[in-house]
Amino acid sequence: MMTAEGIKYVPKDYKSDQYVRWCPGCGDHAVLNCMHKAMAESGVAPHNMVVISGIGCSSRLPYYMNAYGFHTIHGRGAAIATGVKTARPELSVWLVTGDGDCLAIGGNHFIHAVRRNVDLNIVLMNNKIYGLTKGQYSPTSDRGFVSKSSPYGTVEDPFISAELTFGARGNFFARVIDVDLKNTTEVLAAAARHKGTSVVEALVNCVIFNDGIHKKITDKEFRTDRTIFLRHGEKMLFGKDNEKGLVLDGLKLKAVTIGQGGYTLDDILVHDAHCEDKTLHTMLAMMADELPIALGVIRAVDAPVYDEAVAEQIKEVREKKKIDSLRDFLMIGDVWK
Amino acid sequence: MAEEAKVMTLDKVVVRFSGDSGDGMQLTGTIFSNLSTIFGNEISTFPDYPAEVRAPQGMLSSVSGFQVHLGSRKIFTPGDKADVLVAMNPAALKVNVKNLKPDSIVIIDTDSFQASDLQKALFQTDDPFTELGLTSVQVVAAPITTMVKDGLAEFGLDNKSAVRCKNMFALGLVCWLFERPLEEAMNMLQNKFAKKPTIAKANTKALTDGYNYGHNIHASVSTYRIEGKKSTPGFYTDVNGNTATAYGLIAAAEKAGLQLFLGSYPITPATEILQELAKRKDLGVVTVQAEDEIAGICTAIGASFAGSLAATSTSGPGLALKSEAIGLAVIAELPLVIVDVQRGGPSTGLPTKSEQGDLLQSLYGRNGESPLVVIAASTPSDCFDAAYWAGKIAVEHMTPVILLTDGFIANSSTAWRIPELEEYPSIKPNYVANYKGEAPWKAYRRDKDTLARYWATPGMEGFTHRIGGLEKDYDTSAISTEPVNHQKMVMTRQAKVDKVADYIPELEVLGDTDAELLIVGWGGTYGHLYEAMEQMQENGKKVALAHFKFISPLPKNAAEVLLKYEKVVVAEQNNGQFANYLRSKIPGFNPFRFNRIKGQPFNVSRLVEEFTKILEA
Repeated sequence: MMTAEGIKYVPKDYKSDQYVRWCPGCGDHAVLNCMHKAMAESGVAPHNMVVISGIGCSSRLPYYMNAYGFHTIHGRGAAIATGVKTARPELSVWLVTGDGDCLAIGGNHFIHAVRRNVDLNIVLMNNKIYGLTKGQYSPTSDRGFVSKSSPYGTVEDPFISAELTFGARGNFFARVIDVDLKNTTEVLAAAARHKGTSVVEALVNCVIFNDGIHKKITDKEFRTDRTIFLRHGEKMLFGKDNEKGLVLDGLKLKAVTIGQGGYTLDDILVHDAHCEDKTLHTMLAMMADELPIALGVIRAVDAPVYDEAVAEQIKEVREKKKIDSLRDFLMIGDVWK
Repeated sequence: MAEEAKVMTLDKVVVRFSGDSGDGMQLTGTIFSNLSTIFGNEISTFPDYPAEVRAPQGMLSSVSGFQVHLGSRKIFTPGDKADVLVAMNPAALKVNVKNLKPDSIVIIDTDSFQASDLQKALFQTDDPFTELGLTSVQVVAAPITTMVKDGLAEFGLDNKSAVRCKNMFALGLVCWLFERPLEEAMNMLQNKFAKKPTIAKANTKALTDGYNYGHNIHASVSTYRIEGKKSTPGFYTDVNGNTATAYGLIAAAEKAGLQLFLGSYPITPATEILQELAKRKDLGVVTVQAEDEIAGICTAIGASFAGSLAATSTSGPGLALKSEAIGLAVIAELPLVIVDVQRGGPSTGLPTKSEQGDLLQSLYGRNGESPLVVIAASTPSDCFDAAYWAGKIAVEHMTPVILLTDGFIANSSTAWRIPELEEYPSIKPNYVANYKGEAPWKAYRRDKDTLARYWATPGMEGFTHRIGGLEKDYDTSAISTEPVNHQKMVMTRQAKVDKVADYIPELEVLGDTDAELLIVGWGGTYGHLYEAMEQMQENGKKVALAHFKFISPLPKNAAEVLLKYEKVVVAEQNNGQFANYLRSKIPGFNPFRFNRIKGQPFNVSRLVEEFTKILEA
C-alpha cells in the first residue's frame, strides 16, 4: 500500500538482520512471513510499528521484525503493550504471544487488555504445548493429553481461545492455520486495520514436541472438509467444491451438503462478522468434531477504544481547565502568602 | 473569671482529635491544620487510623486519630504527646492515655461516656479518668451530641445526619481554645459540601455552636495563642507526602518536556498518588489503573519504551510483585520511577502503619545482579524534591529508580512553598540524538561519562531496534550468552548506577561540628531525628545528624563523614537494614543501632533518652 508520504513498503522492509532461530519446520516461520507481508500491505512505516512479546518460542518474533521491538517477561506482554499504546496511540502496536504466555501466566493481562479494548493486534500462536521448556502440556492441551508433565494424561479441560476472548468481551477474533499463508496474511492485515483489540489465533505446529497436533485439520487431504474459512458477507460454505455449508438447526449449527436433505444454497447462513450479538460468533468459534473448524475473521465489531478514550478525555479536561503548568494548577488551589 | 488571664502564649502545641472511625476525626483534624497554616503557623500532622473501613463502633480497635503539631517556629514532627485531646468516646480516651501530657486539656462528649460506652471500651468503673490515672488533666466535659441535636433541630435532618455534625462542634470548641477565627473553616465546609447545601449549613451551625459554647461557659481552662509567623516569601499551599510525590513527578516531566505516565494499582498507603495523578489530566498526565500490581509497572515500562516519563506507585507487597518487571527495566535499561510508600510488613502486615522495612527489598529484591538507584524522601514536602530527582536520574541515566517514602510522611501534611521550577536543576533525557560516536548506533551504545545507553523511541526514523530481558552483546546489542560479555554487561550496569554518585549532592551534616555523637538516619524519620538532635543540644550535648536521601548509590563523601565520628548511631524503623547496608559498603564502620518496628513514628523524647545513654556510655 502506498502511504500518504508516497512511500511504498515491501515485506523485506519489515525484516530485521537477525538470523531466525526457530526450528526448521516450525509454524512460527509462516506467521512471521505473513506479518512481513501484512505490514507491507498496511503501509505503516517500520519505525511507527512496535512489536511486544512475552516469553516462549513465539515471543522471539520481535527480533525478526524491523520495527521497535521489545521482548519482555513471561505473560506480561499484554500489559506492556497496553502501556505503549496508551502512551502513544498513534503507533501500530503488536503483541506476539503463545498459548502458555497468553493464556496461562498472562491470562489476567490478556483478558483485561481485551476487556478495555486497547487497540492492540494480538497474534496468539497456539501449538498446544510448552516448546521452550521442552514439552509440557499447556492450557490449550486437550483433556487426557500426555506430555512430560502429564505422563498419565491431563485431568483438566483446555481454554478455547475464542471463548475466552468473547468472555472478556472481545470484539475481534480470527483464527488461521500456519500452512495457509494467503489467508493468514489477509487476516493479519484485517487485524491491523481493526480499531480495538484484535486477537488472531494462529494454529501452529511444533515439529519437535507436538508434531501434527493440528494435522487433523491442516492436512491438505482433509483441510477443505474439516475447516471453513469465514468471510464477512459471504455464505458459510466449505468442502472441496464448496458443496457443503452451515445452517441453523434449532439453536444449533449443522453442516449440510447442498442438494441433500432438502437443503439449497439459499438455506446456507451468511457470515456477519460485524453483528454485535456474539452468540453466533461463539457457536462458530466453538465448532469441533462433526463440524468444521472455523477460520478467518469470526468477529469484528467496532466499539469504543481505550487508548483513544484516554487521549480524548485528557483533551476535553485540558480544554476546560486551560492550565499549562504545575504552578498554574497549584496557584488556583488553596494558596496563601 | 477574667478571660485574659487564661491566655497562654506558647511556641508550639500538640492537638489530637480522636474518636470512633466513623466520627470524622480525619476531616476535623485536616480542617484545623489548614486553619493553622493559613493563620501562619508551622504544622506537622499525623493521621492514625484503623485498617478497617468501619471497625465495630465504640471498641478500642476502632479508634481513629489525627494529631497536629503547630507552632510559631519550624515544626518537624507531629509531636510525641498531646497538650489537647478531643476524645469523642471512652475508647478514644483509653487508647490515647499514653499520648497525653500530665496537664493536658481533654475535651469529651459526655453523651458518649455512658455506662454502655464505658463497657465497650473495657472500663471497670464509671470514672474513666481516675481509672486511667489521669488526675491532673483539665477536662472540658460537654454534652456534645445533645447540644448538636438541639442546635440542628431547625434543619429537619434525620437523627443520624444531625449527630454526624458533632465533629464540627468539637472543632468549634478547639477553634475557641486557640482563638482561631471561623471564617476560613466555614469556607472549607462550603467547598466540601458544595453539592449538599443543607449539610453545609448544619455543619457550619454545629461549628459555630461549638465555638460559642466554649466562649459562653468560660470554660475554666486556658486558651492558647500560637503566634503566626511569615517564613520565606512566596505562595504556600498544603501538601502531604503523597500529593507532593505526585507533584514532583509532574514537575520532572514538565522540566524534561515529557508526558508523565503512571501505571498503578490501588494499595494502602500509596493509593492517593494514583488518585491525584488521575485528577491531573488537566496537566496532560496519563494514568492507567491496571488489573494488578504487575500490570501497573508493566504498563509503565511500556510507556517508558514508548518515550514517556513513566512511573508506578505501590507499597511493600506491591513492590514484591513488581520485582521481575523491575529486573526487566534494569536489563532493558529503561527510565522508570517506582514509588514505594512503605508500610508495616511482611505480607499484608500493618497496612495503615508506617515502617522502613523495604530498604533491602528495594536494593536487592530481584533475581540476578540487578542494581538500580534508590532514593528516600525525608519529609512530606521533600517527597516533591525526591520525586523530582527520581525522574531526573531515571531519564538522564536510563535506569529504574526506586523512591522510598512511608505511610507516615505520605499522610502527614505540611505547609509547602509553591516552587518556581526555574530553581530546580535541568532534566535532559539521554536521547539518541546525543549519540555522536563514529560507529553506527546500536541500542546498547553508551554515553562515556554516565554509561547510560541512548533513548530511541518509536516513531524516530532510522532507530528501529530490539531490546528485551535477554542479555545483549556489549558491542552489537544482539542477544548474547557469551560468558565474558555477560560479566562485562553486569559490571557495566553496576558502574552506571555507581556513576550516579557524580551527579547527586554530597551528604550534609547538621548540628555541632565537634559532635560527640553522630545520629544517622534515612527517609521519613528526618523530623524526629532532627528534633531529637535539637533537644540534646538544648541539654548541652554535642551532637550532629547525617540524614541520607540518596541510598544507592551513596553520596561520594558518605564513608568520609561516617568514619569521622567516634560514636555513630543509626536509627531506623526496621531491624537494622540501613546499618547493615552501610557496613557492607564502608569497611570499618560499626555503629550503634536504634531500631523501632512498632508501626508508629519515633518518639522524640525516647530518642533523646537513648541517644544520651549512648553518648554518655
